[in-house]
Amino acid sequence: MQSARLDVRKTHKLFIGGAFVRGESGRALAAVDAAGIHLDNFCHASRKDLRDAVAAARSAFGGWAKKSAYLKGQILYRAAEMLESRAAAMAAEIARAGVDPSEARREVDAAIDRLVYFAGWTDKFAQVFGAVNPVASSHFNFTVPEPTGVVVVLAPDEPSLVAPVALLAGVILTGNAAVILASETKPLPLLGFAEILATSDLPGGVVNILSGKRAELIPHIAAHKDINAVVDGSGDPSAQAELRQGTAVNLKRYARRQNPAEENPYSILDSIEFKTAWHPIGV
Amino acid sequence: MKKKAAVTIPSPHGRARLQPSRKALAPAARQLRFGSKWEYAPAPETVPVKIDPRHDLFIDGKFVAPRSKRYFDSINPATEEKLSEIAHAGAEDVDAAVQAARRAYDGVWSKMSGRDRGKYLFRIARIIQEKSRELAILETMDGGKPIKESRDFDLPMVAAHFFYHAGWADKLEFAFPGRSPRPLGVAGQIIPWNFPLLMAAWKIAPALACGNSVVLKPAETTSLTAMRLARIFQEAGLPAGVVNIVTGPGDTGAALVNHPGIDKIAFTGSTDVGKIIAKSCAGTNKRLTLELGGKAANIIMEDAPIDQAVEGIVSGIYFNQGHVCCAGSRLFVQEGVFKAVIHKLRDRIRTLRVGNPLDKNTDIGAINSRAQLEKINELVRSGKAEGADVEQSSCALPSKGYWFRPTFMTNITMSHRVAQEEIFGPVLAVMTFRTPEEAIERANNTPYGLSAGVWTDKGSKIFKMVSQLRAGVVWANCYNKFDPTSPFGGYKESGFGREAGLQGLAAYARVD
Amino acid sequence: MTLSVAKVSTPTIDQVMVEERAAAFTKRSIKAAAKLAGLKMAVAMMDLTTLEGKDTPGKVACLCRKALQPIEAKYEVPNCAAVCVYPSMVRCARRFLGERSPVRIASVATGFPSGQFPLRTRLEEVRRAAGDGADEIDMVIDRGAFLAGEHRKVFDEIVAVKQACGAAHLKVILETGELVTYDNVRAASDLAMQAGADFIKTSTGKIQPAATLPVTLVMLEAIRDYFFATGIRIGMKPAGGIRNAKQSLAYLVMVKETLGDDWLTPELFRFGASTLLNDVLMQIVKTTDGQYQSADYFSLS
Repeated sequence: MQSARLDVRKTHKLFIGGAFVRGESGRALAAVDAAGIHLDNFCHASRKDLRDAVAAARSAFGGWAKKSAYLKGQILYRAAEMLESRAAAMAAEIARAGVDPSEARREVDAAIDRLVYFAGWTDKFAQVFGAVNPVASSHFNFTVPEPTGVVVVLAPDEPSLVAPVALLAGVILTGNAAVILASETKPLPLLGFAEILATSDLPGGVVNILSGKRAELIPHIAAHKDINAVVDGSGDPSAQAELRQGTAVNLKRYARRQNPAEENPYSILDSIEFKTAWHPIGV
Repeated sequence: MKKKAAVTIPSPHGRARLQPSRKALAPAARQLRFGSKWEYAPAPETVPVKIDPRHDLFIDGKFVAPRSKRYFDSINPATEEKLSEIAHAGAEDVDAAVQAARRAYDGVWSKMSGRDRGKYLFRIARIIQEKSRELAILETMDGGKPIKESRDFDLPMVAAHFFYHAGWADKLEFAFPGRSPRPLGVAGQIIPWNFPLLMAAWKIAPALACGNSVVLKPAETTSLTAMRLARIFQEAGLPAGVVNIVTGPGDTGAALVNHPGIDKIAFTGSTDVGKIIAKSCAGTNKRLTLELGGKAANIIMEDAPIDQAVEGIVSGIYFNQGHVCCAGSRLFVQEGVFKAVIHKLRDRIRTLRVGNPLDKNTDIGAINSRAQLEKINELVRSGKAEGADVEQSSCALPSKGYWFRPTFMTNITMSHRVAQEEIFGPVLAVMTFRTPEEAIERANNTPYGLSAGVWTDKGSKIFKMVSQLRAGVVWANCYNKFDPTSPFGGYKESGFGREAGLQGLAAYARVD
Repeated sequence: MTLSVAKVSTPTIDQVMVEERAAAFTKRSIKAAAKLAGLKMAVAMMDLTTLEGKDTPGKVACLCRKALQPIEAKYEVPNCAAVCVYPSMVRCARRFLGERSPVRIASVATGFPSGQFPLRTRLEEVRRAAGDGADEIDMVIDRGAFLAGEHRKVFDEIVAVKQACGAAHLKVILETGELVTYDNVRAASDLAMQAGADFIKTSTGKIQPAATLPVTLVMLEAIRDYFFATGIRIGMKPAGGIRNAKQSLAYLVMVKETLGDDWLTPELFRFGASTLLNDVLMQIVKTTDGQYQSADYFSLS
């Protein structure tokens, strides 16, 4: 009688600066399904990993922001192509945590559609949210939205793929670089999505993905002085309270997303700044 | 600084061979020589492109023979060789196409979500990117423009237009806040021969994004890339009848314009034909946008970055052989820098390479047709007869094909025909001015109003002139810049309506 | 020579347009015989350079030998225009090359690369290098003074250096990477030519960015305007940052289409390079023999 094939087990790594790393503490956590059965291990990020991720984002921000809107849209659309080609595997990953398989497939389809949706905003949000202002003096005056810089994003536990994907797309499409903290209990789909991003021509450091214990990392996010904004999709009231304290540290912006998975272009406003410029009209 | 006593330096070895330092030539000898030292070898584009000997109409998702049973030849203007036979759509064929568009609209397209319409457009954009090289070669062979331009300008811009509009399909309520925009229905679109595939993209992409179906009539001399685009629609799985293509000369276009089943007409071409179309649509409910001719003023102020302004002049009038509605065909130079500008322009046109459009080093390709060449010749002759000084480069030209060397004319005034009529060729009319007010006055003194250029170092002057020039597009310290996000269209007899950008969507949506 | 105004007044340069124009030259497709001719011309225009703290007579001898005969005779490749070395190496270069060499000796001087030394010692360096046998002196301008608006000071120093050169030709290095804007590059070019330069040169090669196509274009256009105004043909040398044959051909296209045939000669155009030579030689061999090459087959300089 043939024995069952021995499988090769994977620990899901952090995604920082375009590279997959185990985290400086070398610790791992176990992801389990709805029944408590062990799925895979994932890395336990420490505050130093957060520090490194923020530094990687800061380093990537300038170059990413300067890329044309067209190119950013192309890259997000490429991510949609890559996710589409791995849809079945992604759906299986979601399903094995205890989600109905056809619902899991619907969720992956929705995540793909979010990427396509937000890809189409890169070269339009300036037209919709910006303006030329009819000031009373003889000046040409215009307002443009600009990315705020480094944005930390918190993913909810559910839905475990489409919510973080939509949050990330809404943040990076304008040129921000992001550090996203995956769900503590259902991190695997987002960590798998890191592999999609790594093959989508996205420059390293534009998206950094951390997994670990929310409660451990939140105080450091709140206190970090080089984070420009926090977009909180966690739905966790205690997290919210603590993160809002962060505004008092360096005026980092805080926004809460009640429906993180939705197609909502106004989420863009959470992580942009409006710049207004004047110039005289005259010879 | 006091001159030191000469220091004895040992005579350097072999230094007698060195050229004397800084020998000055007399003024008459201060010429640049653009001769035959280090000639570039021919660099022809070599990807073989298969062209079917015969092209039928594209109706209801299939290629069908014209009921008229007529075909006409399409030739390569650089070689005068026949490339293919193109179907001549008669009134019956146009009717079939409009019916197909209506069926597709009613049955499928108007019911489809914006998200799905967008996905088709994204697919089309991707396929265009993948087939760019072959499309560029085809565009060059059919229309005469240099491969460098079709490869580096036309094709990337075509793909970008589809990408941009793909993203609008499910976001139209943000373009029209407070409204639920709906499509108009069936759009009839007639496009010109100067940027055949790009004009097709400018028309089809927004129409589809807004939920309309389309019947497109390409220009008579340039149908090939439109028919290749039809195959791309098939490959993308675009539902049958959403886009239909009826090829043919002017009468095909007239049949389309006059068809009662059309809800909207979009036309790009000459002002004369535009007026005819306006008249045809007058008694109907058809919505209309027109993008017509121009005679744009390109204004060089004294404080302009002169060398870059000369590049702007060149790209303004010689790009695409001057077959550009927004070409900077009237050059206005502030008197103080006139001599310098003309000197540099004269030198600059000597390095423009005219010839085989498939050669990667060609800057100026073939004139699109014999008819157009004759028009250009006639106008330049009239300029000479009216006393203008005509300067041209002196490059060799191929023996077959339609060619015109880059040309500029000085010693003209606003009342010369060449300063008023659109030449649509690589011919520049040069005049001077003294003050910005004078430049603006002269720039606006035309029935046209499509575009203008302003060259100056002073920011406030730029905004002042932008605000006073009666033109739909003003380029400051640049020329012939296009982007799918940037609206394009004219004032006055250059037409009405805008294409591209947020404002360009209005032509294809009902918001009342 | 005197400068009539405190600050040189020169045309404004539009960054976006000049960069577009420069990029257009890279689209020229140079094939077959034209490619081979261009590559050989590039070799003939090279100032083969070694400017390292660890240079020795042995290294300089190697360099001179490579410049004299870059590759086997069967490929019919000309010698390089010059070798470019530190002042202390001029004597051994002259000893190696001898009196009648077709390869010239260019020496950097004036406190290269920073130039931050007293004028007195800078001029002494120039005299010594010229006296030791340098045919050409590559000086650096005082960028600090330039950026502080002290154009007259910069001008006067160039005049003094030119005088110290004697019969040697003077190349003036602007260090465009420190001047940053094209407007500054244009102003510095005009100033250097008025002060007596034989060549204007982009960079020391010791900082980034070194030579770029748009910066070179701005300098070529300055040379063009100076030629029309005075009838004097000034040479141009982009240095540093030109790493491969394809780039070097783009520079030659730019010279040909901006200044014309008369500047396509080592008398008026040089490349300041070291690793470029072997890449050009590899391309020459590939074009001749038809095979992609390996660095193992080309001697180091």
